[in-house]
Amino acid sequence: MRVLNCADWGVLVEVGGLDEALALQAALEERRPDGVTDVVPAARTVLLRVEPGRTDPAAVAEAVRRLRPRPGRRADAGELEVPVHYDGADLADIAAHLGMSEREVVAAHTAATWTVAFCGFAPGFGYMVSDDPRFRLPRRSEARTRVPAGAVALAGEFTGVYPRSSPGGWQLLGRTELVVWDTDRDPPALLRPGVRVRFREAP
Amino acid sequence: MAAVEVLRTGMGTTVQDAGRHGHAHLGIGRSGAADAASYALANRLVANPDGAAALEVVLGGLRLRARGAVTVAVTGAPCPVTVDGRGAAVDTVLHLPDGAELELGIPATGLRSYVAVRGGIDVAPVLGSRSTDTLAGLGPPVPRPGAVLPVGPPPRALPAADWVAHPPVGAARMDLRVVLGPRADWFTDAAVEVLLHAEYEVTARSDRVGARLAGPALERREHGELPSEGMVPGSLQIPPDGDPVLFLTDHPVTGGYPVIAVVVAADVARAAQARPGTRLRFHL
Repeated sequence: MRVLNCADWGVLVEVGGLDEALALQAALEERRPDGVTDVVPAARTVLLRVEPGRTDPAAVAEAVRRLRPRPGRRADAGELEVPVHYDGADLADIAAHLGMSEREVVAAHTAATWTVAFCGFAPGFGYMVSDDPRFRLPRRSEARTRVPAGAVALAGEFTGVYPRSSPGGWQLLGRTELVVWDTDRDPPALLRPGVRVRFREAP
Repeated sequence: MAAVEVLRTGMGTTVQDAGRHGHAHLGIGRSGAADAASYALANRLVANPDGAAALEVVLGGLRLRARGAVTVAVTGAPCPVTVDGRGAAVDTVLHLPDGAELELGIPATGLRSYVAVRGGIDVAPVLGSRSTDTLAGLGPPVPRPGAVLPVGPPPRALPAADWVAHPPVGAARMDLRVVLGPRADWFTDAAVEVLLHAEYEVTARSDRVGARLAGPALERREHGELPSEGMVPGSLQIPPDGDPVLFLTDHPVTGGYPVIAVVVAADVARAAQARPGTRLRFHL
């Protein structure tokens, strides 16, 4: 674990990989250092943000160094079932890349347990990782200028659901009618770090 | 209830407050007034509580009409101000009778002016904030000509000062303090020296997300791809083309290019006043 400077805005904690990042995030859920306003997990790091002038990032760094994250622990934020129409424009390409039939891709995607590791890209966009190591895909060589809201997509080891229509380079697997982001809802994001997700084929 | 009617918005006017805290883990940035110091001063002049929503105006051009009597203060980039065509001053308390028109001309220095209205702009908050996040497309709608913005009830406190002294806003050259890291080790020692000794010019491709800078390229030592990681305002992110981006208030929550250094908070507010052409120097 390496604690890096972000001036007086907070500290960036670098860890060995996603599992360590999720374990650290779980430890921070239990014991958040004083004055930390936001915890932003990512693939290999966790950012702790503070209110400049109110908290000394050095004290936050010291508190992080005292944490003992337990390996394998993940923050648990409950479960979510996501119904999906598996008719994405890239389904055939995904199947070819994974060396499966299209039906096998659907079976594997619905059988796996996915966990939201972190959010980014857009409000409510969750990067979900699975317990199935076969899901590893490159991004499309050219990004689409418009991916519709509700698109279920794959890239790298991640699955995501586009919260709103936006440009995007991920491989489109299907679509869901579930509204994953709604500012009139509390919390607005269904896909929050630590949420466990099961995809189900929609009738 | 009092309100202000927007007659003209200039290049860009948004409603901003102190920002949206505690949602970064959902991919939602802080947003809020880009020059937090000038914004806070505007609220202080009209005795608003901290965090009351005000208008952020880019390079002047705003025209408002008071609906009911309102008290306002204009701070930040010092622009010529008129009330019903008569000259008025920035950084002072201005009383607008019902129907009076406030107009902001183009500031001689700086980029963003703030118009605080006593009682605050009372549009509906989104996730606890009345700031428009231009990157995320979140927050109250951007005011258009014809928009009527409600003004909240006046606070109990009365304006205590008619005028407040503060450092000048905007300059042709700015010195900004930085702390190296978090990814300074992704760059050569020579690149770090260049960053700390060269001048970088703010380009026209700058907005609330970031000030895009032009200047000598910064050579990388590490050529791998950085997995996306959390970002803070003030980050000097170096994309592959080598031209730094100085992240401002609507910056993305995570980013995938290495950050060589971070501008300290107090200086990010000043940097938000750097108009295109401004020359920046970074110091430890």
